[in-house]
Amino acid sequence: MGGGTRGSPGGSPGGSASRSPGGTSGGSPGGADLVVRDLSVGYGPVRALRQVSLEVPEAAVVTVLGGNGAGKSTLLRAISRTLSFQGGATTGGTVTLGGRRIDGLAPDRVVAAGVSQVPEGRRVFARMTVADNLRAGALGASGGRVERAAALRRVHELFPVLAERAQQRAGLLSGGEQQMLAVARALMAAPKVLLLDEPSLGLAPLMAARIADTVREINAQGTSVLLVEQNAALALRLATRAYVLEVGEVTLSGPSAELAASDEVRRRYLGVVDEDAAADVPGLTPSMPRLTRWES
Amino acid sequence: MSTFAELLLNGISMGSVYALIALGFVVIFRATEVVNFAHASLLLAGGYVTASLHDDIGFWPALLAGIAGAALIGAAVEFLVMRRARGGDHSVLAIVTIGVDILLTTELTRRLGTDVLALGDPWGDAVLTLGPISLAHTRIAAFVAAALLITVFLLAFRYTSWGVAMRAAAESPETAALMGVRLGRVSLGAWAVAGGLAAVAALFLTVFPTPGLERATSLAAFKAFPAAILGGLDSTTGALVGGLVVGVTESLATGYQSDLAFMGRGLGDLAPYLVMVAILLVRPAGLFGTKEPARV
Repeated sequence: MGGGTRGSPGGSPGGSASRSPGGTSGGSPGGADLVVRDLSVGYGPVRALRQVSLEVPEAAVVTVLGGNGAGKSTLLRAISRTLSFQGGATTGGTVTLGGRRIDGLAPDRVVAAGVSQVPEGRRVFARMTVADNLRAGALGASGGRVERAAALRRVHELFPVLAERAQQRAGLLSGGEQQMLAVARALMAAPKVLLLDEPSLGLAPLMAARIADTVREINAQGTSVLLVEQNAALALRLATRAYVLEVGEVTLSGPSAELAASDEVRRRYLGVVDEDAAADVPGLTPSMPRLTRWES
Repeated sequence: MSTFAELLLNGISMGSVYALIALGFVVIFRATEVVNFAHASLLLAGGYVTASLHDDIGFWPALLAGIAGAALIGAAVEFLVMRRARGGDHSVLAIVTIGVDILLTTELTRRLGTDVLALGDPWGDAVLTLGPISLAHTRIAAFVAAALLITVFLLAFRYTSWGVAMRAAAESPETAALMGVRLGRVSLGAWAVAGGLAAVAALFLTVFPTPGLERATSLAAFKAFPAAILGGLDSTTGALVGGLVVGVTESLATGYQSDLAFMGRGLGDLAPYLVMVAILLVRPAGLFGTKEPARV
């Protein structure tokens, strides 16, 4: 992955964009579309989301971009129904999976319905072993022993390092390995839709690129992905469709290639990250710090 | 020397009983972060059920009924009281358990009055004599039963899905909910298990050489408090070690009371608390407790 982006950063978004729909959405709307309609969320008197609508078609990768406090994690919590832990509640709107409403369910029913989340900051169970973390991930799965064994084989294939470290405490893994474990743990429930909350946060660039590779691979195996990211360059390369969330509202949406090309997004989200995009925008850089491209 | 050995063995036996009670504290604390002050009344209730049934249905069925009864009462307390306030402040819930304790204890003292009830155990006052050392059969039974139960519990905690769910919920309730763990069930299970363990402890707190089940039995249960605290309130290992420390300390302090006469009488009752304070001065989180960095 590192090599791919380094070689042709410009060509890469197009490459991934054509790849995901080609490999997957041939099957048109089916049993696992995640549809969010007019979702509003409040933390007490504070409104965190205002009538947010978005769609994750079956077997697609969709990304939600936005800065700190835009409501990205709130959106995922609302889908997973864990808002109450933060004192929040949905105040309107619906969430459906394959046409079936999941916005009134308990968190465990959402997992059983096929939506698993990798929370922000990884949140692995640090005092438990890697193997037990994976077992915990399978607790909400609807399948039996056979399915669990199959899921474990799958995540061990995706992340061989987790098989090697099975008996180690999760707290002793490196940040990247913890992120892998967090993703693997969510995959243990064999979800139809995987919600990823800032998987690249706090990771070394090379590790972020590996996580991106993994997301592609997971998607290629037929799981759709809703990716919430601040790292827009990375997210737009992975996703076919993107939404921009600002102060709780969707302000922009469209195919990611289009969004990646739009001036607005380039200036706001790609300008400082993506050297090539920044270079294309004349007169941009003086006011902003220019970071050298990660991989190079 | 033989006095010392006798006191030590008796102390270990009592300590294993305290460990059973302390384990109940720890299980509830880990699952719900609530310190359960109603534990002593659960213990009394379990003992009372056994005491009132053993004449009619025999000792072993009565003991099972006592265990089931205490487990049921524990589950009922969780379901009827604690669940209503879940998500509330943990210290408030701890105070609620004091209220529950007062209610239960009042009712049980009303029923017990000034009676001292036998639990109908099969060991009676038989004494095993090994050379210079003599040991009551009840003490041996207590140790064997406690060791057995604790082993079963720890194995279940480590290897079953129930144990994985318990540990996951203890580490991070929100993340556990994301994995599909039903927190209500975890907490219900914890209260039931704690009740069951307390009922077994009730038996061994009331057998020979103690006269039987009386109002003061619940006071004996409070000795498990220092056991749980000095071991670390969130550590199962801590509960075991703490139980043994308290048992042995108490036994030795009582046995050598005459040599310690300068400290006055009743040192045996006091010693566990002294040890607890001494340990907490050096290790504020207890021997095996997790040091929790307070986040403000």
